[in-house]
This record gives sequence, structure tokens and C-alpha cells, in this order.
Amino acid sequence: MEMPAAQLHLSRAKVLGWMSLSGATLPFLLLLVVGAAFPFFGGSYWSLIATRACVYWVLVSGLNLVVGFAGQIAIGWVALLTLGAYTTSVLVAGNATPPLPPYLALAIAGAVGAAFGLIVGLPALRLRTFYFAITTLGFATIVTQVALAWQSVTGGGVGVAGPIFPEPFSSPTGLYYFCFGLAAICTWMTANVAASRFGRALIAIRDAEVAAEACGIVKAALLTAVFLFSGAVAAVAGGLFAALQSYITPDAFTLDLSVLFFIAILIGGRSSILGPLLGIILLTVLPEFAAPLVAWSTFLYAALLLAIVLAIPGGIAELLDFRNRRPLESDRAIIPRPELLARLLDAPTRLGALTLEQVSLSFGGVHAIDGLDLEIRPSRVHGLIGPNGSGKTTTLNVISGYYAQQRGAVRFGGTTLPVFARERRAHMRIARTFQTPRIVGSASVLQNVMIGGTIDGKGTFVESLLSLPRHRRDEAKLRDTATLALAAVGLERLAAVRADRLQHSELRFIEIARALMLRPAYLLLDEPAAGLSAEEIKRLGAFLLAIAEAGTGVLVVEHHPDLIFDICHHVTVLNLGKKLASGTPAEIRSHREVVNAYLGG
Amino acid sequence: MVESIVLSGLAIGCIYALIGITYNVMFSASRVFSFTAGTLGMAGGVLGSLFIAQMGLPFAAGFLLALAGGAGLGIVTEIVAVRPVLKSLDQHLYVLSTLALALMVQQFTAIKWGTDARPFPRLFDLAHGDFDQRFWLPMAACAAVIVGLELLYRRTLIGRAFLAIAEDTYAARALGLPERSLRMTSFALAGVIGALAGFAGGEMLLAFFGNAPMLTFYGFIPVALGGMGNNRGAVVAGLLLGLFQQAANFLVGGIFASVAVFTVFIIVLLIRPEGLVGASLQRRV
Repeated sequence: MEMPAAQLHLSRAKVLGWMSLSGATLPFLLLLVVGAAFPFFGGSYWSLIATRACVYWVLVSGLNLVVGFAGQIAIGWVALLTLGAYTTSVLVAGNATPPLPPYLALAIAGAVGAAFGLIVGLPALRLRTFYFAITTLGFATIVTQVALAWQSVTGGGVGVAGPIFPEPFSSPTGLYYFCFGLAAICTWMTANVAASRFGRALIAIRDAEVAAEACGIVKAALLTAVFLFSGAVAAVAGGLFAALQSYITPDAFTLDLSVLFFIAILIGGRSSILGPLLGIILLTVLPEFAAPLVAWSTFLYAALLLAIVLAIPGGIAELLDFRNRRPLESDRAIIPRPELLARLLDAPTRLGALTLEQVSLSFGGVHAIDGLDLEIRPSRVHGLIGPNGSGKTTTLNVISGYYAQQRGAVRFGGTTLPVFARERRAHMRIARTFQTPRIVGSASVLQNVMIGGTIDGKGTFVESLLSLPRHRRDEAKLRDTATLALAAVGLERLAAVRADRLQHSELRFIEIARALMLRPAYLLLDEPAAGLSAEEIKRLGAFLLAIAEAGTGVLVVEHHPDLIFDICHHVTVLNLGKKLASGTPAEIRSHREVVNAYLGG
Repeated sequence: MVESIVLSGLAIGCIYALIGITYNVMFSASRVFSFTAGTLGMAGGVLGSLFIAQMGLPFAAGFLLALAGGAGLGIVTEIVAVRPVLKSLDQHLYVLSTLALALMVQQFTAIKWGTDARPFPRLFDLAHGDFDQRFWLPMAACAAVIVGLELLYRRTLIGRAFLAIAEDTYAARALGLPERSLRMTSFALAGVIGALAGFAGGEMLLAFFGNAPMLTFYGFIPVALGGMGNNRGAVVAGLLLGLFQQAANFLVGGIFASVAVFTVFIIVLLIRPEGLVGASLQRRV
């Protein structure tokens, strides 16, 4: 009798998902209609402004993935606009090569932009935020200086003529439609990425990097794709910019432009497409209404940036998010439905036990773990207890690859797990949760759970950009699985709610649902009962037992003796990094040293 | 020729080092890198030129007023751009808030002072030629700041309180140190040092609003290479940077010299993100 109920929930979630999708597309369709009709009612001056807004958006749409989604503070992105503008213009003018046709030149500029996007962006993998911001700033200054100095090619301070695209795009209206078309395509492509596993992975890297790693998300690969794309569209925008200006000099590419792009994204709101789009329209149009203030525009943008950072860090997107202002029910109970686990976990392949052999790790002079042996088996719940500082969480971090042990090995089946390779654990179906739930607060509950299944997607980044069939199949499958996982932990009714509106106990269950997305062979939980009520702990215990019955090996690090003794098949007690005792719950309960040291008489 | 490269390299290196120290003083008090560091240097030059050349004040008065202006700007930075975001969960907000403030000051200067570089007054008339005062004034300022900071940190109570805050904010607060006013004082001090850098380097850099982003960038290199919060590292790295830049200037020309500096900076940082001196590892899980 349970299955139909679950089915009902799933289909309802699908309908809701579809409805919210059409609601979200509506503003874009409106903008598309207005934009397509604009030259007929806008007049030639305003069409020029609209062309500029489209050109800016082509750049900002890509930068939005870098800044708004991945959270990388790339300030000097104007450098790529400069690069694209000069590459296109110089190739068309034939200053260094035989003159090329404009479309070819634009395409080459895109390729050059992609390469430089990667060069400018990749330091983000190694450097702290401020360092990265400074390097992009430095790059922006240098590109302008090179444009000024390389006179034979760029014309130096005198400049170079911009490209003229052939009919039908040579007239101002034609150019508008060319830019508008590209802007529309960029909107569509970035919206596709935003709604894909790649978009969610980017947000996860931004807001919960550690959890992203545990889900198998490889930051380097993902950022590489994003920087390539963002650099390419920025350089294409540069080519369009040069055509619009009809003549370019280094003066045209001030840092003010970079600030404009950057602020449009922050005004719009992070991890939104519509917000930054409205932001760039607003910032392009606004100076036209405040002509006396034009000299002050950058000052005012900067003031606006300060105001946004201090007052509404969520930007326009958050102001427009009416759905998440409706109050939630106040007394919500989490009622997991273990019977759904069978469908979710599909009997993980038995690869044998997960074992630690003589593992040691010390921090400075402190032995966090000292020669520890441990064996965790499939279909069993294994408890790890001990006083604070006894090495429980450290053990868990060694297994999941966050710490590198100095001696000993962790083996899974016959193979030794690579040291320190935390992103690889997900591929071995080893999942974990965290002591403090690591959740993307600004994403919905369902999206958070879907992040857990990121590595199961088959489509590439490009397939997601273009919304090809494999991408759509991935997304449908991820959505179904995540809905099922949410139903299993008993939270499917909150699927569409922003995760940061939930209670602490609900976040713990979301983390478990996210971990289940990996169909884990082993599930490691770090104090899952902390902050839960007695009733919730009981339900959690039953749920963890059910997970084990479905074939998964469960390791629980915990302080609540009730939970441990209720559900564990085997318990290990640690003290000062060493095994104090090990056995069934009954044996541990009567172990004299354990009672003295830890449980208390 | 060689001595003029060395002299100008050391002089400009001293300015970079002073801006690096400005970064460090703010960082020690708040764990925040502020984009206003270079803006303070720019302000020192512009205010000096404004008070002395424009308004005709005597040297001493202009000098003190320029430093006071820097101190005021430092305090404004702390109140407007640093304090409100310190408690925020998203630790990257300070990058944006200080950037916004730096841009506001820079644009205000561009509009009110003009976008052309204006001359900085010749303060004394002591030495010319290779040993011109415009070279040794920044060096003297740098030496004075280093000695002054050493004395402040080692000999005075307030200096030790600064060190305590830099070492462990929570422990310092638990000991009853007035964290907020110490932080504000640190930012005022940073403002004085930044303005001094711009003032002493006025004859080399001129009174120009565009010095702000330039100093923000080149002044950060000594911090990145010398290690965060490490003033001696900043001086060594700053001097090396100045020499390297001037040598590259002479060998390959001004613009490709900046490309060379940038490239070397990025490569060094990628190889050693924690700088040439010092290491830091954060516990994340």
C-alpha cells in the first residue's frame, strides 16, 4: 500500500517542478518579445543603447557563471573584452595577417578568449580570494598597456577601426539583431547550465566546497570548462563591441567597464540568470536618465555595490523570490520511509570490507590516531565512540580522504584507497555526512540532494550548454532519484524550499539523502544525532538500520550511547587515538575500562 | 646607468614595501585585505600636492594634514567597509566592500582633482643628479616606518596589544582588550603609513588618481611574496620588486616590464601560494 503513495508524491513533485519552470521562463519570454520588437518602437538612439546592453550581456552571461555561480571574484574581466575587440578588429583590418572575413575573425577571437579565460582563471584553483581578485585586476591593466604599446598591430593610442559585419547585419538595426540574437543564445545556454548538474556543482563549490568534494565534484575540471566558456563569450562580446563602437582605442576599455559588469551580477543576485540580466539592462539604461550625473557614474556604481554588499547580499533575485517568503508549517515531523530504500539503493555491488590497517596520523606532536585497525562490513552498522579528541572524526576524515595518514593503509575490497584523493571516494561509492551540515543555503532542498548525484550524469558540459538529449535524460533521472531520496528521508514536501530556511534536524536528514544519491557501498556519518530530539534519534536509528539491511555498510561516529547501542552490530571505542575496546554492544557495555573512561558507572 | 637603475629601483621598491606594510597593518588587525591600500598611497600624493602646491601651506603643515587625511581615510575604511562585514558568514564580502570604497575614493579624486597627473612640490633642495632627493625620500620614509613600527610593537603597551590582536583575536578579547578601538587605531595607523608612502614618493609618482589601482596591485606583490602580515618580508620583497621592475624597464621597455613583473608574480604565486616566506595550512573539516 506504500508504493502508490510514493508514486503520487513523485508525480506531484514533477508537476510542481514543471509549473515552476514555466513560471521561471515567463520573464525571459517577455524580454525576448520586447527585444525582438524593439527597433520598431524604440527609435534609433535607444536601439543603440539596447545594442550596447546586448553586447554587455553576452559578456556578463559568461562572467555570471564565474562570479555568480562559482563565486570567483574575477574583477578584471574587461581584459577579455579588450582582447576580443582587438583580435577581431586587427584580423579584419589585416594589420598583422591578410584581412579575414568578420565572422571568421569573431570565431578566432572567441577561441583566443577561451584560451586567455583559462590562463586568467586557473590561478583561482591555487590562490585565495583576494589574491585571485588582484591577479585579474593586474591582467586587466596589462592588456590595456600592451594594446597601447604594440603600435604596429593595434595602432597604439590612435586605435584601429572595428569590423563591419556583412549584410544583413551592417546597418545599425542589423547589428542590433545580430547582438540580440547572440545575447538570447547566451541566455539560453547559461540558463541550461544553471539548471544542470554543472550549475549545481558550481554553487556547491562556492558555498559548501568540502561537501562538493565528498560528492566527487572535481573543482579543477569544472572551473576549466567555465573559464573556457566565459572567456570565449567575453571575447565575442569584444568583437561586437568593436563593431558597435566602429573605432576602438585603449581608452575605451577602462576598469570602470569591468566594475559595471561585476556590479550587474551582484545587483542581480548570485546563482541567478534573470537577476544579472535585469541588472545589466538597468545599469546600461540608467545613465541615460541621469545625464548630469554621467561623470559620477562609476562613483555611483561603486556606492551601489557597497550598499548591496551591506544591505541586500541576495540582490534582485532574492527580492523577486516570492515563493520563499510564504511561511512554512511550524510543526513539521520528519517521518522517514525506509521501505523506499530498496528502490534507491539497488543492492550495491559487494566489494568486500572497508579496512584500516595500522593507520597513524599525528598533528605536530599530538597522535590523533595511533596504529588503528578497523574493519567495516557491508550490511552492518559499525559504531565509533570515544571521548572528545579520541580520534573519531579524524578516522572518518582519513577514510574519506580529507586527511593523509602518515602510516598504514585504508583498503576497500582488495584495493588500497589513494591517500588524500577526496573527490575519488564518491566514485568508489563511499559517501559521508558532516558534523555541521554542509548545505548550499541558497539552493532548494531538492537541488541540494541532486548535488549528491553529480557524478552519475553522463552528458558533458557542452551537452548541457546546448540542452542535448543526454543532458535532459541526466536531469530527469537525477530529479527522480533525488525526489525518491527525499521521500525516503521523509522531506519530499520541502523539496522546493530554500535549504537555509530549514531546521537543523532537517538539514541532517538532507545530508543523508544527498549521501544516498551515490547509492553508497559505505556510508560514513559524523555525529548524525547531534541536535536531534529523542523521537528523531529513534527514527534516525531505524532508518540507518534499514540502510544497512539494503546492503550498505554504515559507520556512525556518535556521542549518544543510546543510538549506538540500539542500532550497531559492532562498536569500537577509541581513546587517545588508540582502540580501547571493540565488540558487540553488549560486550562494550560491560567492558570495565570503557565504563570507567567514557560511559560512566 | 647601473646606479640610477639601482637607486630608482630601491626608491620605488620602498614605496611598494610601504604599501605592503599598509596592507599588513590592516590585515593584522582584522584578517582583511583591503583594496584601499593603494588608494591611501594615492591620497598621500594628491593631498600633499593640494595642501602645499595648491593652497601654499608650509611644508610641515601640508605634511601633517596629508597624513591626517590618510588616517581619516583609514578610519572610514574600517567603519564603512570592514566592520559591517566582519561578522558575516560569507567571508569574501570584504573583497567587494573594500573594492567599492576604493573605487569611490578614486573616482571622487578623478572628478574633483582631475584625471591628469599634476606635479608634486619639491620639498627641499638638497641633492640632485643620481642621488636626487626623490630617490632617497621614499627610502628614508621606509626606514622610519620600519624603525617606528618595531619600537611601537616591542616597546609600547598599545603595540603589544596590536600584536595580541593579530595573534589571536578571541584570546585578546577574552583578556579584555578593546578589540574594536584597537582595530580602528590600526586602520588609522595604516592610513598614515599609506599616505606617507604616497607623500614621500610624490616626486616620482606625481599627484595622480591612477596611482591608486597601480599601487594597490604593486603594493600587494610584497605582501603575497613576503608572507601575509610579515613586514620584513614585505620590505625585502618590495625592494626586489622595485629593482626587478626598473631593470626590466631598462632592458625591455616600460610596458613589457609590467608584463614581466606580472608574469613572474603569477608564476611565483602558483608555485608557492603562501609566499616565499611562511606557510599556513587551514583545517577545513
